[in-house]
Amino acid sequence: MRIGVITFPGSLDDRDAQRAVRIAGATPVALWHDDHDLQGVDAIILPGGFSYGDYLRAGAIASHSPIMAEVIEAANKGVPVLGICNGFQMLAEARLVPGAHTRNAHQQFIRRDQRMRVENATTVWTNSFQTGDEIIIPMKNADGRFVADAQTLERIEGEGQVTFRYLEVNPNGSLNDIAGVSNERGNVVGLMPHPEHATEPGFGPDTRDAMSSGTDGLRFFASVLSTLVG
Amino acid sequence: MPTIVVEVMPKPALLDPQGKAVAGALGRLGKSEFTDVRIGKRFEVTVDRPVDDALLSEVRELAADMFSNSVIEDVVSVIALREPQEPA
Repeated sequence: MRIGVITFPGSLDDRDAQRAVRIAGATPVALWHDDHDLQGVDAIILPGGFSYGDYLRAGAIASHSPIMAEVIEAANKGVPVLGICNGFQMLAEARLVPGAHTRNAHQQFIRRDQRMRVENATTVWTNSFQTGDEIIIPMKNADGRFVADAQTLERIEGEGQVTFRYLEVNPNGSLNDIAGVSNERGNVVGLMPHPEHATEPGFGPDTRDAMSSGTDGLRFFASVLSTLVG
Repeated sequence: MPTIVVEVMPKPALLDPQGKAVAGALGRLGKSEFTDVRIGKRFEVTVDRPVDDALLSEVRELAADMFSNSVIEDVVSVIALREPQEPA
């Protein structure tokens, strides 16, 4: 299985995402924002970072990159797409997932090992979880406040498009504690926390058992692999 | 050079943390007559030819599709800027 990770100017976690793909047993393929070529990958990851310095709006300029034309086309055909942090912001800007992001309500950059609940374990990126699973994934963002109008919120809550919800602390003022959402079909998922940073014991988030031991992020990649292998 | 000015504001219903911070500072300065501040964006787009309706409508499209995100922002105006006066 080949999973593409697109590098944009200002991407930071593209290499981490590639590493996570490798740890999960797939082959990472480095893709470039300025190409019109997905190199035939089976799934796509839009990684975290601060593309274009978060100018205009976080993810906005990157969402107009040349390769995004192919990403949008692939997403609409059902190819699995995961947007992590800045990648989630790009997905929202590209209207591949509902909602948008604004500055954190408290206006601070925040970094923490975040507990969240899997609200929908039927998406391509969450089917190795059970709905209701509580997981710990590191997060780090400044513009992570998920917002949508009341009608959209009601719709995505009703349709099961809320994929992850923050637990214990709402770290950025996101409406309904929403940490991640999917498109209607469930092949496109975006979330603010970083699953690629929770894939290797010793380098993951702190858990109740031990420091840096969290590997809950691995199951995102296991999910997409099991979908692709079918 | 002719210039088209686009102004974008956060939607009224939306929390504007920047504006809130400035409003808070005004309060601390004792300027209690200013009850709220909201902060938006102004784009000045320079064009290589005289502004006509076609150009304005193209910028309106850009304003809706790229300069703003309709989930969180409203485009409040798109106007051609009058040529600046020569300094006296």
